Amino acid sequence: MEALISLIIGVLTACGVYLSLRGRTFPVVLGLTFLSYAANLFLLAMGRLVIGAPPIMADGMTGYTDPLPQALVLTAIVISFAMTAFVVVLALKTYKELGNDHVDGIHKP
Amino acid sequence: MMAHLVIVPVLLPLLAGILLLLLNQRSTVLERGLSIFSIIAQIFLAFKLLSIVSSGDILVYALGNWPAPFGIVLVADRLAVWMLVITALLSLFVLLYAIPVTERAGRHFHVLFQLQLFGLNGAFLTGDLFNLFVFFEILLIASYSLLLHGGGRLRTKAGLHFVVINLVGSTLFLFAVGVLYGTLGTLNMADLAVKLALLPLGDSALVRAAGLLLFGVFALKAALVPLHLWLPSAYAQTSAPIAALFAIMTKVGAYSILRVYTLIFGTEAGLGANLIEGWLLPLALITLVVGMTGVVASTHLRQQVAYLVIVSIGTVLTAFGLNTHEGIAAGLFYLSHSTFATAAFFLLANTIAIRRAELDDRLDPGTIIPHSRLIGALFFVTAVLLAGLPPLSGFIGKFLILHASLAHEALPWIMSVILITSLLGLIALTRSGSLLFYRAQPSKVLATGVITVHPVYKELLPIVGLLALCVVLVIGGGPVTQFLHFTAEQLLQTSHYIQAVLMTGELP
Repeated sequence: MEALISLIIGVLTACGVYLSLRGRTFPVVLGLTFLSYAANLFLLAMGRLVIGAPPIMADGMTGYTDPLPQALVLTAIVISFAMTAFVVVLALKTYKELGNDHVDGIHKP
Repeated sequence: MMAHLVIVPVLLPLLAGILLLLLNQRSTVLERGLSIFSIIAQIFLAFKLLSIVSSGDILVYALGNWPAPFGIVLVADRLAVWMLVITALLSLFVLLYAIPVTERAGRHFHVLFQLQLFGLNGAFLTGDLFNLFVFFEILLIASYSLLLHGGGRLRTKAGLHFVVINLVGSTLFLFAVGVLYGTLGTLNMADLAVKLALLPLGDSALVRAAGLLLFGVFALKAALVPLHLWLPSAYAQTSAPIAALFAIMTKVGAYSILRVYTLIFGTEAGLGANLIEGWLLPLALITLVVGMTGVVASTHLRQQVAYLVIVSIGTVLTAFGLNTHEGIAAGLFYLSHSTFATAAFFLLANTIAIRRAELDDRLDPGTIIPHSRLIGALFFVTAVLLAGLPPLSGFIGKFLILHASLAHEALPWIMSVILITSLLGLIALTRSGSLLFYRAQPSKVLATGVITVHPVYKELLPIVGLLALCVVLVIGGGPVTQFLHFTAEQLLQTSHYIQAVLMTGELP
């Protein structure tokens, strides 16, 4: 499962980097979203991947999952959600004001 | 009550912001009053904290009374409180300027202003790396909205670049934080320092990578070359009071670099020790050169000031890069000076630009502007400050930095770069001054496009106030440098900080 998760994070990051380097605002916004998804998964994986274990230590327990990364991810998700909403509105605003959706505001047919 | 003093500078602007939002712009007088009251209270609080921490105490506030490595802590040491003082004083004058000039350009100016201060104060006070990320996001989202406040095509375009690059920066921050948590198992900065010293060899590459990634993020916020390209257009296009307030934003990056790389990756960090020592100084010197080239090449006054911000960050980080306590003290002095001076220059550039009608802030000779002697005199003082000529604080700051670098092995580089860029700065500012004021022609036709809806003193008083703060830095030079000296000492003796943080929470 570790290999799968790291592959997913890697692919998401690569897509995110590629898209955020594009010239039009919509791919850039998508790229930022992918990057933040990758970051969220990465944070979750940093608590080690444990399945079926309780988040609290108790007597006689052998393994446990670390609950902190989940709290961190929750915060990160909320923040990246708000930021995505903001950047979408901003991208629409630039499109309306500059007349095209190029990040530099220069129209290239 | 005294125990809760540390959290008040964080809560006060938040509550003021919420109240202002509830007011919903119903009463201008009430809104302005509340906003100014909040900032004056913050100044009072910052000085109150300053009087407490100047004895060398480190105040630690454990949120929810959770003991230190498990809960989030706020830590007020000399450095954090000094930054609070600078922020509060700067924001007072910026707000006073904004009230007659740009307050009504868009909605919710005061709300966003207070939330920006909430983010800034929180970032300075927090003792937890993830919490630092959260406060960074708070100050960034407020700054996105403030940057776009008022609207306009060029502003929107510059705003988009600013937002996108900062979002990428935030993602990198999360990756770095994730790696640190994954290898060290904690996010409390003091605890990170303890755990890092005991790091096994196998994990050192990962932690060093995370540390350098974090440096990249802070360098982006501080606009260190080659991550500076977002700054000139963003700062030049936004409204003057916001650009002036943003003079402290790049300094947040500098503060974070200083905090993280003295405390966590400092000299006692075992395998992660002195992580950025080989990077910071060369990059800072390159920043100085690139920034000053921009200053010389600028065609617009606002653009020139924006490049001066890059120069100031280059100078500050050069001093921090020396990694000695004289260097850090000198850097902190220059940081305080350059924050006030560049903010004053942004405000002044706006005051000049709105009086030149269609010429705006272009560096071309135009007609003589109203009150040109008074404004010209202020321009002269600001230029003297920023070029680093005696007798004002710019000179003292640069002198302290050069003095601190005397024992450093890269002395010829530091000396030549700082002196040559100072000379270039002097030439560029002299040229701007003579284009704007000496070569101006008396207008034959009465200028019609000139907008002067408000009396000039309302605009000039905040600028004079900011310049006066620089003069205070000179007059009070002795006590200030002494305090900053102790600050640097406290930063380099990390055991004191670590002990203060990890001992809290054990009280009943």
